[in-house]
Order: sequence, then structure tokens, then C-alpha cells
Amino acid sequence: MPSMYLEMIRIRFLMMLAYRVNYYSGIIIYSINIGAYYFLWDAIYSGQGSMGGLTPSQMTTYVAISWMARAFYFNNIDREMALEIKDGKVAIEMIRPYNYLAVKMMQALGEGIFRLLFFSVPGMLIVALFFPLTFPSSPETWGWYSVSLALSFLINTEINLITGVLTFFLLNNEGLMRAKRVVVDLFSGLILPISFYPGWAQSILHFLPFQAISYLPGMIFAGAMGNEQIGGAILIQLIWVVVLLLPLYLMWIKAKNALVVQGG
Amino acid sequence: MYSIEVKDLTKEFKSYRSREGLSGAIRDLFTREFNIVRAVDGISFNVKKGEMVGYIGENGAGKSTTIKMLTGILKPTSGSIQVNGRDPHKQREAFVRTIGVVFGQRSQLWWDIAVQESFRLLKKVYKVSDEQYQTHMHEVIEILEIEDLLNRPVRKLSLGQRMRCELAAALIHNPPLLFLDEPTIGLDVLVKLKIREFLKELNARYGTTVLLTTHDLTDIEALCQRVVMLDEGKIIYDGELQELRENWGGGKSAAIEFTHRIQLEQLTALTGHLPIRWEQENPLKFRAILESNEMTVSELLACVAPHIEVKDFRIEEVSTEEIVQKIYQKGFTTYA
Repeated sequence: MPSMYLEMIRIRFLMMLAYRVNYYSGIIIYSINIGAYYFLWDAIYSGQGSMGGLTPSQMTTYVAISWMARAFYFNNIDREMALEIKDGKVAIEMIRPYNYLAVKMMQALGEGIFRLLFFSVPGMLIVALFFPLTFPSSPETWGWYSVSLALSFLINTEINLITGVLTFFLLNNEGLMRAKRVVVDLFSGLILPISFYPGWAQSILHFLPFQAISYLPGMIFAGAMGNEQIGGAILIQLIWVVVLLLPLYLMWIKAKNALVVQGG
Repeated sequence: MYSIEVKDLTKEFKSYRSREGLSGAIRDLFTREFNIVRAVDGISFNVKKGEMVGYIGENGAGKSTTIKMLTGILKPTSGSIQVNGRDPHKQREAFVRTIGVVFGQRSQLWWDIAVQESFRLLKKVYKVSDEQYQTHMHEVIEILEIEDLLNRPVRKLSLGQRMRCELAAALIHNPPLLFLDEPTIGLDVLVKLKIREFLKELNARYGTTVLLTTHDLTDIEALCQRVVMLDEGKIIYDGELQELRENWGGGKSAAIEFTHRIQLEQLTALTGHLPIRWEQENPLKFRAILESNEMTVSELLACVAPHIEVKDFRIEEVSTEEIVQKIYQKGFTTYA
């Protein structure tokens, strides 16, 4: 069984490679984004030593790593699913002896690995040339960060799969997918670290899965967490990975029964 | 031993209606009106192992819906299905390993990558061993003549080339049962012939059971002894193709052209004792419709030829196409 999923990852990787030129422009766009946030935060700090638990250089690192990590965990699996359901291609997926959601997850992973190698890593190196980033010094932090990043990929992909499966019931959920995208970017701490939100908002956001996508790994990488906090952060991520499986599984069972193949 | 057993199979869809105007649209936000449409209405049939069955019907008769239930894609509203001894929807993942499916209107190959990459992936998906793949697929690739297409991306293939690759892709795991949903749609005659030849050979060699839906009845004539005809979700005919032709074909007819002008009365007088109805096309050309299957054409000729000089003589048989067309137009019972 695993060899089939490896093959899925490989094929998606090949497909991405065929269109790799698209990604060079992406790196520039992300770098500009990071630059804009750098200057914005520079102005906000204006010489202050620490805000929201982050020093200016930690903040720069947080912004850079968050965007580059986004390149890895972000995927359009929900859109692909919506499209397959809309034009009836999902029928083909249902005659195959595999789990549709697992396959989608693997395709997302193939895409993620591609982006990690061809986007995030070179992007991070380029950005480091222009802005004063501080990379973690201890190998342990790198290790924890890798674990955390892998978990953030899982959580984000599970959320995407849930959004995608909703198409089985709604048939058209373009609006929902857009809303999800904004919500994830905003509440995950990509645009604003969670520690900058007002207290009441923080307490709500701590109960949502989104902070586990970007805020927690970002804080680990920026060196703003002690060892104990890192352990807690990874535990929260693990809990979300498991908790999100439940609605996904239940919805999938319902979806299979509700399936309507559109377009003949 | 049956490959497919279907009993009282029914599938209903909700079909939503939109109310008129702005106020209607606002009301639609809260409660929506719908009709229940019965796409498939209590059908039962069995298919034996190794049989090739044609499943025909007009657009919207419920053919595709039936196929989708038989392949485990859709869940039946009621009734029972056993295909290869399994319930397709409940045991989907185990079940689909035992079937091959070709949807003429949808590709199951990956659009952007070479055909052989798709095959390789499917080989892994169906857990086909290297030896099995070598012996079986080698033959399939050879007969379908797709050797040269394997390293091309699917998007660069013509429809005929793609269909042959689709067929090969559906057979990677050498399934005992093959569903073909309009496999020859939009193909030219040569490709059609090749595909038919291939299916025949497949059936002869591996005893593959085939259920075929098509609008091209020549496909059915070439491949199937048995047809199941569907109309408005119900089976209206299930039996031998030959029998359908004999009972509803309206018998044979013969077109006769004479060397000089003839009156219709002259002919009826000559053949008055035979079960023949004459139709006149023009003063020289007539059509004799044989109203009994026992009657032979030579009897007809024996009566006519000694008295009137015959210039040309052609036996006409009603095509299956015409029979089916008539059944659709007039309804099965009235036509029968």
C-alpha cells in the first residue's frame, strides 16, 4: 500500500516540476511581501526593545519563516476537490481501490515537498541576504521546528479536506473556500502574531486550530519559546491533528452516500 | 454463476426547482421546493459470467445511473446489487479491484503526464506484480497498437488514441468484469472496429464479462447476443438481440425493380396467395414486405419472375437501429 502513495507523491512532484517556472516569480512576490512587513514592523517597533514577546530581529525572522512555511503547507486541494466534484471527475476517483482523502493528502504532500525544495529553501536564502534574520543556533530547535512544520502541514491539509468535502453537500462552495483562506491567513498568525491580538481575542484563538498552523511553528523558529513551551506547542498541534480527523471522517461517510455525479 | 445480480434496483434524485422572481429567490433561501425524480425504477436483471450484454436506452433513460450504481459510485435508494459477489457501495475498495470501467466521456488517465506514467501508477494502485503486468499488458498494448503512444502526455493524444489507452488502463489488473459506458462515442469507424475486435478477443481469451452502454447499435450488433433495453428507468426488453429483430423487425422486405411499368394490381394478383404486402415507390420500383418469417424469397421470385421481367432485386432487412428507433417512438407495448 505505501508504494502506491509514494507513487502519488512522485507523480505530483513530476507534475509540479513541469511547471516550475511559475515558482520563480512566486519567490519574488513572497520576498516583496516579507520586505513590506519588515519595514512595517520596523516602523511599529521604532526602537522599542520588545513587543508581544518578540524582539525586532525575532519579529523579522518570524515574518520571513511564516511566509516561507506558508509556501510549504499551503495547497489548493480543496479547490481541486471542488472542481472534481463539479465536473463529475470524482466518479473516476470512486472506481479506484484507494481512499480518496488519503490520495488527496498524498498529492498535497507531493506538492508541499516540491514547494519546500524549490520555493521555501531558496526563498529563505534569498531573503536572508536582504534582511537581518537570526536562524536558530541549536540543532534541537531545527529538529523541533521540522516536527512542528510537518504537523502544521497536516492540520492545514485536514482543514482543506474538510472544506473540500463540503462541496459534496453544497455543490458550489467557492465563497466558503475564499473565506477559509482569509480566516487561515489571519487567525493562524501569519499576518499578525497571535500575541499581538487583544487578550479576549487571544483566548478565543487559543481554542481554534489555526494558530497551530503558523503561529506555533513560527514562534519556535524565531526562538521566542523556551523548551517547555515548545513541548506544549507540539502537543497542541498533535491534538488538533487528531481532533480534526473526526469531523473529516464523519463528513466523508455522509458524503459518499450523498454523492451526486454531475454532468452525466 | 452470475457476475451481476440486480434486484428491484431504484435510484431517486431530488431535483430542486427555483421559484420565480426576487421574492421567490428569497423564499428559496429558506425552503426549497423539489421534485423526486426516479432515474432508475425497480429494475432486476442478471448477467452470467462471460456474457457480453448491451445496455441501451435513450438519453436520460437511466443507463449511466445504473452503471454508476453497479460500479459502487452511487448508493442505490433501494433494491439490492451483487456484483462479483460483493455489494459495490458497501465494500467499495475491495470491490473495485474486481472490475474495470471505461467512461467514454471522462478520462481516467492523468492529463499532464505520459501514458506510461499513468499505467505505472495504476499498476501500483491495483497492486499488479511485474510478471503479471509484463505478460498481460504486453498483449493488450500490442493488440491495441498503443506502443508508440506510451511516452506521450495524454493531452497530446487524439480522441481515438486516447480511448485505446483508456481501455488499456481499465484492464491493467485484468478484471473479470468490464463496464463500458459509451466507449466508442465520437470515434471513427476504424478505431471502432479495432476496439470491437479487441473486446471480442478479450472475451474469448479471458472470459471477461462485458456490460456495454452505447448509442451506436452497430457496437451492440457486433458484440452482444443479449440486450437490455431501458426506458424511463424501467427495463422494457431483456433478451436475445436476434429475437428482438425477429419479433419487432417487421419481417424482411425486398425491393424489386422491373424493366417496364407495372400496375400494383397486377402484382397483388400474382402473389395473392402469399403473405405479402406490396408498396409502390414509382412505376418501376416496388417493395414487397414479407409478413411471415416462414416464407422464402424464392417463393416470391417464383411467382413474379415468370410473368414480369425483373431488372433488379434487393433483399432489405430492417436494421436494429430502426427497430429501436421505432420502439422509442411508439412505446414498446404499442409496437409489439
